[in-house]
This record gives sequence, structure tokens and C-alpha cells, in this order.
Amino acid sequence: MTHDPVVSVEGLVKAYGSVHALDGLDLEIAAGTVCAVLGPNGAGKTTAIRVLSTLVTPDAGRARVLGHDVVEQPGEVRRSIGLAGQHAAVDDDLTGRENLQILGRMLHLGRRGARARATELLDRFDLAEAADRLVKTWSGGMRRRLDLVASFVVVRPVLLLDEPTTGLDPRSRTEIWATVRELVAGGTTVLLTTQYLEEADHLADQVVIVDRGRSVATGSPADLKATVGVRIDVEVEDVAAAARALGALAGSEPEVDPDRRRVSAATLDGALTLPAVVRHLDAAGVVVRDVALRRPTLDEVFLQLTGAAA
Amino acid sequence: MSTLPLTDGAAAATRILTKLRHDPAGIALTLGAPVVLVLVFGFVFGPAIAVPGSGDYREYLVPGLFVVIAFNPIPSMVSMARDAGRGSVDRFRSLPISRAAIPFGQAAATAVYGVLCLLLMALCGLAVGWRIHTGIGPALGALGILVAVQFAATWIGMYLGLVIGREDTASQLAVLVFPFAMLSNIFVPTAGMPAWLRTLADWNPFSTFSAAVRTLLGNPTAPTNGALPLEYPVLGSLAWAAVLLLVFVPLCTVRYARTER
Repeated sequence: MTHDPVVSVEGLVKAYGSVHALDGLDLEIAAGTVCAVLGPNGAGKTTAIRVLSTLVTPDAGRARVLGHDVVEQPGEVRRSIGLAGQHAAVDDDLTGRENLQILGRMLHLGRRGARARATELLDRFDLAEAADRLVKTWSGGMRRRLDLVASFVVVRPVLLLDEPTTGLDPRSRTEIWATVRELVAGGTTVLLTTQYLEEADHLADQVVIVDRGRSVATGSPADLKATVGVRIDVEVEDVAAAARALGALAGSEPEVDPDRRRVSAATLDGALTLPAVVRHLDAAGVVVRDVALRRPTLDEVFLQLTGAAA
Repeated sequence: MSTLPLTDGAAAATRILTKLRHDPAGIALTLGAPVVLVLVFGFVFGPAIAVPGSGDYREYLVPGLFVVIAFNPIPSMVSMARDAGRGSVDRFRSLPISRAAIPFGQAAATAVYGVLCLLLMALCGLAVGWRIHTGIGPALGALGILVAVQFAATWIGMYLGLVIGREDTASQLAVLVFPFAMLSNIFVPTAGMPAWLRTLADWNPFSTFSAAVRTLLGNPTAPTNGALPLEYPVLGSLAWAAVLLLVFVPLCTVRYARTER
């Protein structure tokens, strides 16, 4: 068992004209984990996937999959990855079964092997009922699921998924997540891009937040939330007194909403407890109507790090 | 890289043929257009069109329609643009297979389909009075030229489809082919056209191909007006097909197999 990263990206640069899609991206993914690359539109997520799947040559930097360089050893890289791109790249004018069979034959499973594998996958991922209908009659969620399944007709160590759930309803999204979890349980390493913080929170062991082509933060979802700390929200009679007291406690400038009589302050003191807040306010003579300690959502982390307007 | 380009190509061919099998409406449309042309030109305009040497107009027309069917880059252009736009090309490129084998497989499948369309067109032709007046040898020669022409058109179409990369744009371009076919001797002899237009029409590969097929089948031919490709239509057709293939097979294969820079 080695501890070398399965996917490693160092200082990756890719420019299209004057636009830097990637501008020094770094990331590393350990075996058997899920890494979510999270970023706004145009942050370079898709370009990163395209470099790793040998579809685009980077201008500078290195990208390796299982130690194979994407530029120097593209054949080895292709034998190590499965790709599900941003569009469901399945053929609408074929049945689900034919889609998988043809891919199986391209992957040299043989006619009989390809047929058996298609049946197995359709059964296992709950697509058997629609299997012999043309894919154009399928729902968007089922099509995406077929596309995901198509990326592991032959199971590879690494799966690259570009926004696998964008535009899907919550139920289809949950089904895609379940499939990804099942693959990871079987030992697959997954790199997925997403715009949904919730998705990163649910699936990922590691989140890499990218903005303008570079990584701005890396860590587990919990780590990233901790960097923003905790928010204290109170509703009081006397907002001025509460603001003074909270400011002293949190060590930051509180936000005051005089109309609703609310005061809110962020603190990096992750050990702060609710009783401690109440005691502090009480000692300062503030009459508290309501008080809450709130862990931040990944949204807040994301907005803070990328500086995007909410 | 891959050691099994034949397997990869065969799988790509199966993909195209399976799609066609699911699309009887598309096949009907591909065949329907020439049938409509047989009716409209053969029976509506035909009686008013004079064929040199007092030949029968429908005997003149049908070989031209073979060329209209064969030299049509549109289906492969639209299908490749669709594959490029919807990620199929990316998926195939990311597989450990011979990338170049895919367009070859697709072109082979399209050729099989094309021969089928030509045979059905021949049945329509026989029904309206077109006949082969030579023998089996020249007839097979005509078929050979049509297959070569069709193969060339497929490669042009696949290349353009890759460059365009969007199905809707590719479909919009489809209307441009018919005027190009009209500007030739396919439907009417070019003798009555203004001189500049006649020169264009006589050098149009559509004219060369239909002149070759007419010659080989013993059907009435149009005056050559001294245009070199029409003086030697069979050689001219083979030259056109060879040049087009020499240009577009490498262009398309390299474009398909490349890693974007």
C-alpha cells in the first residue's frame, strides 16, 4: 500500500487566448477518496477534467493519474480513467442496452462479454425496465445515470465526473450520489466538479475550491467550515448594548439589524458554547429574547473565499 | 497505443448502423427526396426539357439522382457535429482505443448504407423507364464510382461536422447542398446557361460524376462544351474522388484523433 496520490496536479496552466481557464491549479487525491472541485462558472473546473482525461494539452504544469503523465503517457492515463463529461454523452437514438454494448465492444469485451456486462449494469443500477427503449424517451435523470454507468463499463481506478448532477431534480441527484458512493466503496477514486456546495458536503472527503483557475482552499468540508468559524445570532431589546458585548466576546465587528433588533457576530473561537454566550450577555446586562450559535454553511465559506457576491 | 483498431472501427460502424436501423423515418426521408425529384422533374418539368440526341429525359435524370444521393455530405456532417457537440467524441477520445479507427468505422458503415440507398433508387428508376444499356462490367464501374464519391462525401461531411461542432448549425448548412447540385448538368444540360455560369456548372464535380455514370450506363449525356472533366468523365470522377479523399481523410482523421491544444 503506497500513499502516493492517485491524481496529482501541479501548477496547471491553460489559456484560451487571453482567458486563463487554469492559472496554476494544484490538487492531490488519495486512493479511494472523493475529491470535489467546487467553483463558480468559468472557474476552470471543466478544463481541469479535460486535461486529466487527455482531451486537452495543458500550457504548463503537470497532471498525473496513477503516476502517468497526461501529456507523455496518454495511453496509460486512458486505461486508468472513466469519464462522464458535462453533457450526457449517450446516444439518444440508441437504446440504453445498445449504448452500453457498443462501449463494451469498443473496450474489447467481445460481443458476448459486452452483452453480459450491459445486462449486469442495467440490472444493478435499476435501468433494466427502460433498457430496450430509445434513450430519447428517457427522463433527464435516467439519461445522466446511464451516462455515469457508461463511464465504468470497464471499471477503472479513477473516475472523472464533470458536474454529474447539474440540472437534475433532487431525487435523481440522490440516485447519482448513491451510485458514486457504491463505486467508492468498491475502491474507485473519484474526482467530481460541482457548483453545489451541498453535493460537496454530502459526497466529498476533500473539497478543493477553485476560482479563476487556481485552488483557493483545500480541506475536508468540516475543515473549510472551521476556517470561517462560528456565528452568534441574538435578538435583544437593546441592540447597542448587545453589539458592544458581542463585539468584545467575538473579537470582531458585529452586524446590527436595528429593525428586527438582531445582532450577529462571527468568531474564530470554535470552542465557544451557547451557555458561555448567554452568561456573557447577562453579565453585560443585555436582555436576550433569542440566541443561537450557527456553524457556517459551505455557501458562506465559498462566498468568503471566492469573494463572489451573494 | 491500441492494438485493435479493427475492433474499434467495427464497434463504431455497428453504432452508426444500429442508429440507422432505429430511424426508418430518416431512411424514408433520405430516399423520399430523390423519389419526389423523379416525379417532379421526370413528369412535371421533364416534358419541357430537351435532351440532346432526342434521348428520354428520365433516362437522363436518373443517373444524376444517383449522384445526388451519393455525393451528399450532409448526413455525416450533422451526425458528426452532433457527436462533437454532445460529448460522444470526447468520450471516445478518452477511451484506450485507436482514435483514428472511429471515423474509418463510421465511414464504412455509411458506405454500406449508401449502397442500399443506391439500389433502392435504381428500383425507382427502373419503375419510371430508366434502363442500363451497357453491361454488367460498366454498370459495376458506375457503382464503383458512386461508392467512391459517396465515401469522399462522407469524409468531407465528418470533417465539417467536427469543425462546426454543433448539430443545429450543421443542420442549417444543409440547405446549401441542393443549390450546389442544381448548378450542374444533373437536372438540365448546361448548354442554355450564360457562359460564365455554364463554365461553373461544367466544372462542378456533380456534373463530372453524373456524366461518368451516364456514360458507363449508356444513358443520354449532356454536351461537354469542351470542359475537360466532361470530356473524360470517368477519369475526371476518379480524380475528383481521389483528390477529395487525399485532402479530407487526413484532415478528418487528424482532427478526430488530436488532443486539443
